[in-house]
Amino acid sequence: MTRRTPLYQRHADRDAEFTDFGGWEMPVSFDSIRTEHGAVRQSAGKFDVSHMGQIEVTGPDAGRLLQRLTTNDVTALDPGEAQYAAITDEEGIMLEDTVVYRLPDGETYLFVPNAGNDGAMAERCQWIRAEFDLDAEIDNATTDWAMIALQGPDAPERFAEATDVRYALDRFEIERTDVAGVDCLVAATGYTGEDGVELLVPADDASTVWDAFDVQPCGLGARDTLRLEMGFLLSGQDFDPEEEPRTPYEAGIGFVVKLDTEFVGRDALEGVATEGPASKLRGVQLIDRGVPRHGQTVTTADGEAIGHVTSGTMSPTLGEPIGLAYVDIEYADPETVVRVLVRGEPKKARIRTTPFLDR
Amino acid sequence: MSYDIPELLYLDSHEWIDTTDGTARIGISDVAQDELGDVVFVELPSTGDELSAGDDFAVVESIKAVSDVYAPVSGEVTAVNETLLDRPELLNDDPYGDGWLVEIELADPEELEALLSAEEYEASIET
Repeated sequence: MTRRTPLYQRHADRDAEFTDFGGWEMPVSFDSIRTEHGAVRQSAGKFDVSHMGQIEVTGPDAGRLLQRLTTNDVTALDPGEAQYAAITDEEGIMLEDTVVYRLPDGETYLFVPNAGNDGAMAERCQWIRAEFDLDAEIDNATTDWAMIALQGPDAPERFAEATDVRYALDRFEIERTDVAGVDCLVAATGYTGEDGVELLVPADDASTVWDAFDVQPCGLGARDTLRLEMGFLLSGQDFDPEEEPRTPYEAGIGFVVKLDTEFVGRDALEGVATEGPASKLRGVQLIDRGVPRHGQTVTTADGEAIGHVTSGTMSPTLGEPIGLAYVDIEYADPETVVRVLVRGEPKKARIRTTPFLDR
Repeated sequence: MSYDIPELLYLDSHEWIDTTDGTARIGISDVAQDELGDVVFVELPSTGDELSAGDDFAVVESIKAVSDVYAPVSGEVTAVNETLLDRPELLNDDPYGDGWLVEIELADPEELEALLSAEEYEASIET
């Protein structure tokens, strides 16, 4: 059963092209990926990201539950702050990447699983609650909230116009703000590398807030090219417990693993941290003509397989073919020249660190 | 959505062929370029390559998708549009003009009879 966001009809009226994503019928593009991507890099764009999950955890042990669930240190969060984290299984394999918000009230924690994973993550919270005998309430509030991202260098100004509130959030802060008459949670987070905010909006008021921003509407196509230029991970593609089982160290987000906290998978990850991962996610940029794509093999000049591409595109900003690839650690140094098999043809490529764009 | 469908011959996989002035020129239709979105890369055959009707002979990549292009008829490639290697966006801007892909010398002109007229192609995209 495909799910639709509260903004679905708005997008259909705007002649968006739709696709199924994580069980949600979502807009891929409204005009063209290039146009939408350019708007976010040069001015501002808005995204309907209501397909992201929202899990609220409250009660005396809410913080403790999140600490067990995620790899980062939840105790570092003051009210009104957010942090990026991984959620791992007992083997340290990434199930999710997520943003954990400690809401301004200080009592409520809210985290945002990827599209389609809200049910599984709510269940995981329930399991942790039982396992560690914690006193917390867990609410899968995904359908209660719409989520709108406003991103781009002009986003702060556009936001201020719609709210009469001075835009004063630092990165990874969250506050309650009235937007176009609607009580919203506004966070300085995002997935594009640009300035901007993500707004949690009561589902019934989604259209009011969406319409308050007179900027380019953007679909999942531009969201993907924008995040790829920044080297941000896409769940289900750059990591996936079934298809692409990886630790946070392999996926390049070891910085969100705090081994001095207690979380599921900690012991396994301690071992990986000591020994170092056998392969690592890197940027890859084709030198020869072509475009790297998901699933293509990475080899040495001699044709020895050393990894594979997980994401790839032609970067609209750089005009260069870029991607992310897991490569064996001995080939993971930046500037290492490798080959990517594009439809069987070895294309010369260079290993790079991410982000591809300075932001 | 209304598409530009000039009086050429078509495959229902959205390739066109134009044989009006002796040479046979092949490209992809306005429908195809619109569905693909921003074209960012084109892989073309070499002159002298022999194509058989139905072969995939070129690849068009947009930001979001990779698509094979099929030969409407058989023949030897006599010219390729190398401008596309540096300016693949011509496929979006002018699919029947500057965005052409290859020219071939027809091996069997009778193969043209199996192709769709503009009217038949238009009907096929509406269903």
